[in-house]
Amino acid sequence: MNRGGSSPSAAANYLLCTNCRKVLRKDKRIRVSQPLTRGPSAFIPEKEVVQANTVVERTNFLVEEYSTSGRLDNITQVMSLHTQYLESFLRSQFYMLRMDGPLPLPYRHYIAIMAAARHQCSYLINMHVDEFLKTGGIAEWLNGLEYVPQRLKNLNEINKLLAHRPWLITKEHIQKLVKTGENNWSLPELVHAVVLLAHYHALASFVFGSGINPERDPEISNGFRLISVNNFCVCDLANDNNIENASLSGSNFGIVDSLSELEALMERMKRLQEEREDEEATQEEMSTRFEKEKKESLFVVSGDTFHSFPHSEFEDDMIITSDVSRYIEDPGFGYEDFARRGEEHLPTFRAQDYTWENHGFSLVNRLYSDIGHLLDEKFRMVYNLTYNTMATHEDVDTTMLRRALFNYVHCMFGIRYDDYDYGEVNQLLERSLKVYIKTVTCYPERTTKRMYDSYWRQFKHSEKVHVNLLLMEARMQAELLYALRAITRHLT
Amino acid sequence: MEKMSRVTTALGGSVLTGRTMHCHLDAPANAISVCRDAAQVVVAGRSIFKIYAIEEEQFVEKLNLRVGRKPSLNLSCADVVWHQMDENLLATAATNGVVVTWNLGRPSRNKQDQLFTEHKRTVNKVCFHPTEAHVLLSGSQDGFMKCFDLRRKDSVSTFSGQSESVRDVQFSIRDYFTFASTFENGNVQLWDIRRPDRCERMFTAHNGPVFCCDWHPEDRGWLATGGRDKMVKVWDMTTHRAKEMHCVQTIASVARVKWRPECRHHLATCSMMVDHNIYVWDVRRPFVPAAMFEEHRDVTTGIAWRHPHDPSFLLSGSKDSSLCQHLFRDASQPVERANPEGLCYGLFGDLAFAAKESLVAAESGRKPYTGDRRHPIFFKRKLDPAEPFAGLASSALSVFETEPGGSAMRWFVDTAERYALAGRPLAELCDHNAKVARELGRNQVAQTWTMLRTIYCSPGLLPTANLSHSVGKGGSCGLQLMNSFNLKDMAPGLGSETRLDRSKGDARSDTVLLDSSATLITNEDNEETEGSDVPADYLLGDVEGEDDELYLLDPEHTHPEEPECVLPQEAFPLRHEIVDTPPGPEHLQDKADSPHVSGSEADVASLAPMDSSFSLLSVSHALYDSRLPPDFFSVLVRDMLHFYAEQGDVQMAVSVLIVLGERVRKDIDEQTQVCGGRGRLPLKRFALHPDSDRQALLSQEHWYTSYIDLLQRFRLWNVSNEVVKLSTSRAVSCLNQASTTLHVNCSHCKRPMSSRGWVCDRCHRCASMCAVCHHVVKGLFVWCQGCSHGGHLQHIMKWLEGSSHCPAGCGHLCEYS
Repeated sequence: MNRGGSSPSAAANYLLCTNCRKVLRKDKRIRVSQPLTRGPSAFIPEKEVVQANTVVERTNFLVEEYSTSGRLDNITQVMSLHTQYLESFLRSQFYMLRMDGPLPLPYRHYIAIMAAARHQCSYLINMHVDEFLKTGGIAEWLNGLEYVPQRLKNLNEINKLLAHRPWLITKEHIQKLVKTGENNWSLPELVHAVVLLAHYHALASFVFGSGINPERDPEISNGFRLISVNNFCVCDLANDNNIENASLSGSNFGIVDSLSELEALMERMKRLQEEREDEEATQEEMSTRFEKEKKESLFVVSGDTFHSFPHSEFEDDMIITSDVSRYIEDPGFGYEDFARRGEEHLPTFRAQDYTWENHGFSLVNRLYSDIGHLLDEKFRMVYNLTYNTMATHEDVDTTMLRRALFNYVHCMFGIRYDDYDYGEVNQLLERSLKVYIKTVTCYPERTTKRMYDSYWRQFKHSEKVHVNLLLMEARMQAELLYALRAITRHLT
Repeated sequence: MEKMSRVTTALGGSVLTGRTMHCHLDAPANAISVCRDAAQVVVAGRSIFKIYAIEEEQFVEKLNLRVGRKPSLNLSCADVVWHQMDENLLATAATNGVVVTWNLGRPSRNKQDQLFTEHKRTVNKVCFHPTEAHVLLSGSQDGFMKCFDLRRKDSVSTFSGQSESVRDVQFSIRDYFTFASTFENGNVQLWDIRRPDRCERMFTAHNGPVFCCDWHPEDRGWLATGGRDKMVKVWDMTTHRAKEMHCVQTIASVARVKWRPECRHHLATCSMMVDHNIYVWDVRRPFVPAAMFEEHRDVTTGIAWRHPHDPSFLLSGSKDSSLCQHLFRDASQPVERANPEGLCYGLFGDLAFAAKESLVAAESGRKPYTGDRRHPIFFKRKLDPAEPFAGLASSALSVFETEPGGSAMRWFVDTAERYALAGRPLAELCDHNAKVARELGRNQVAQTWTMLRTIYCSPGLLPTANLSHSVGKGGSCGLQLMNSFNLKDMAPGLGSETRLDRSKGDARSDTVLLDSSATLITNEDNEETEGSDVPADYLLGDVEGEDDELYLLDPEHTHPEEPECVLPQEAFPLRHEIVDTPPGPEHLQDKADSPHVSGSEADVASLAPMDSSFSLLSVSHALYDSRLPPDFFSVLVRDMLHFYAEQGDVQMAVSVLIVLGERVRKDIDEQTQVCGGRGRLPLKRFALHPDSDRQALLSQEHWYTSYIDLLQRFRLWNVSNEVVKLSTSRAVSCLNQASTTLHVNCSHCKRPMSSRGWVCDRCHRCASMCAVCHHVVKGLFVWCQGCSHGGHLQHIMKWLEGSSHCPAGCGHLCEYS
């Protein structure tokens, strides 16, 4: 995005007809023009996103290769802080949107719209409304769910469950969709749809979690674009405490207690690593720790909402603009804590019984070829991505921290790893971070800049983006695991 | 080793007996292992850990090792192994990373012996040393392998794979110090137990995780590995570089692999997902499993040969909570069901035929082929005479040529190019196509087109057509239901057949009732139909005498074809019945209940297209006079299409389908939807269900794909594309949606242009400029191959009207084809 400097001279080399020049110039302006607002993200100061030239080159190359719109959007700009990951992200996204697959192109974008609408993510909706029309989608569908074929409408139930309570998906849901009839889904189609849904639910988490700004797109040509409304627009959410935060972020590094916070965290990590060998918890204790973590996650947000949201519109009965709700049914359906449902007590998902590597991959790849490899690479990439730094410290092994983040997200979806000591989560993730994680993964639309700023104050923004990536992928994997398990059960 | 063989020979003396049997467990099993006495088996899972005695008739629970009020995670087993030297020693790997050993000799109820809590992540595999009593090896998700001496409290040595999770560890049976480990990233490593610092050898065996490995019990250096990439590979480790000896492609990711005792080339596999069967493969014959056990209803998680020297007993545990003993002689053998003959037509009628050598040798003298016979080419495999199927595996391939100079397929190309399929009114299309057919000397086809025109393009039928249209729909729904019922359970019950007929009859009688709004009385016109039946039948007899070449085929072709869309068994009796029964008025009254009606209907249908020239034409004229709605003929047209398709003339079938479009589609679709609508898993390569296969063959889709295939083999790309575009079936029109990307390289820097097809982002130049208008060409670009100048298609065409020189001014005399 800082190509502006070199572009005038580069333009001189062009051998272009006037017409193309116009087009290019227009393109360029979108990409180059320095924004009047705050850059790609409302949470991250723009200068943080600006990268070294080589990285920009790489990013631009990736965008050219894999972006469906052919332009560098804000998500990509923020993600380009982690180019390695960006590549696998864009590749898999491009594959599911553009490459060989059982669903027609407009369907894919419409499914993306449906998924994003569950979290009222106007950013993603706008993006895919455009793409939907570009790929030859029927404009009428954009009037809402009543206008789409029954087949797509049938996907609504699974979209709803997957987005908020994936553990409720059973093989009956799958059977209902695939059973022979007028509007049935074939299994490959269904798997494609599920992958898309999970991807866009998770991406919505990232969009809200990183405070992605709406694209500055001059062409609001069709009537279907959503104008971001106060209620849920990201920048507005972020704005509500902008002034206060500006001062905060300015003096961030001066705050003593936050520095000692970091030291304390490092200390804890070290201790955990050493203690490992001698301190062994009993099995009962381990399982109580998981339960405790699960239960605690219950109070994490409900407790903190009082402090961080004084506004009533963030309650469950939050008003949703009709613009978004036309793509969904049952808008009131939201995340419900896995731990809360005491009466029915659904069994915990044992991660070892249905893992992505062993089971999920095989199924997905069988029904929708090659996506398995792309997702596999993406999960692996995000899990292993590290720069061995923590804020100002270098040469730190962050494996433990990454694993804690990943497993904590899965814990909130009721997935338990036998070989993980959930006590670690408690030690490593401070309360404000837990609040943030829970909000971003479960109710991303409620994320505020204050939440984003309140944890890990002395960490770099790129590290916080890394956290967001981890949360996003963990959430996607959790959704996929539940959905694929249901499909497996349907098959057996 | 000496010790080992002594023990086993002693055991080998006892004779194992038993039968195929299974018992229900309380919970899904994750792994099983057999005691060395071959009389006990241990089953371990997340919530089960039991020892069963294998008796002659049944499994008997002997011991429950899962004791204690609150079962701990240490008992949630991922793997279990029984020591092959010590009957009392067991080891389990727990999902929480603990390795537990069990001593059955302990007097207390709790047999737990030792607990090793050194691994940080789930332990995937444990393995005892085959001859040492105290050496245990474990491999874990954390990427480490540990070797334990059971006499000590903690591990003796730790091996770091330097990569991702360890999925399997196996001690070599022959080399005392060697063990192999497999990894999630596809690597296999070979270690010396004395050297924990680095592995002896490492190679990449699979794409994706290697779930399992097994050393060959006899061949020193053979290691079998199975991976998520659905392959089983056999490696020779004795050479300097691990050499892939054999590769078996399975249909699902391979979870376990075990060499079959006493059979040098056999191994058993089970899969991680989707596929529940256990296969025994002969690695030299990697395409068809030698045996298959189909008892389990969910994925098989553990397999073990009951005795290290007995090849006929296999034990298995499964996620469906059952433990099975399989007897080799009870296994199903897919080879027996496979068709060992292969037959393929070449583009110009050449025929290649592969069959068992013995068969060809015996019968080649009597083959009735009239065509010029080339030297048959023989492919012989290298045989191992010791193997039972050696005779089966050798086959011969012969190629038969059609008569030289046979322009046999010329008509096909001409027809394909000249037919008009859309864009004009139906009548014109039919006329045009009839003309084409006639010019090519295909009178029957021409006649068919004329008839179609007659049927579908007659005036004044609209009101009744509408009415009966809806009724016909109702009828077809009923049919569809019946069909799907038939598909589900293929029991050749007569009940379903008669019901089907009845529904057919119903549909028709309804049509007829509503038809009364038309000018003629229904009874009358039905009588006419029935009446016309008899002469047609009579005529058939006549014709048979004249031209038996074609009509001799008829009973074989049309009749099996007709029931195929219903049920195969009943066609002939029905038909005979009709010949015997004279059609009378009393028949018509209760015809809704009588199966004869549909039978006679079928007769009309199957007869119709054959005697096209005279008899039927008159019939259809008679019918037309009585103003029957076109729907009345849909059955007939459908059967006509089937007839052509069966004859191999898919061109006709598809062309008619396209030209008639909506008018006939729903009738044909009855079959198509049932076959094509189900979510299809990739078909197994073997064990195809014969019935479902035949059903699929019948579908309209199949006609389309074979026609398109033919067109493409004749390089008639434009026609094939038109067909794809005009096709009404979703699966076919999807053909054009796949691989639609056209990759373009920049003409200057030779690198791919990704974002736009017409401007290179690297060298910032436009790749293709029009020589006429000097603008960028974004669509079709045409250029002269001589001077490589070109431009917009229209511009160049226009330019060439005025001048034959290159528009770029290079002086070249451009040539365009």
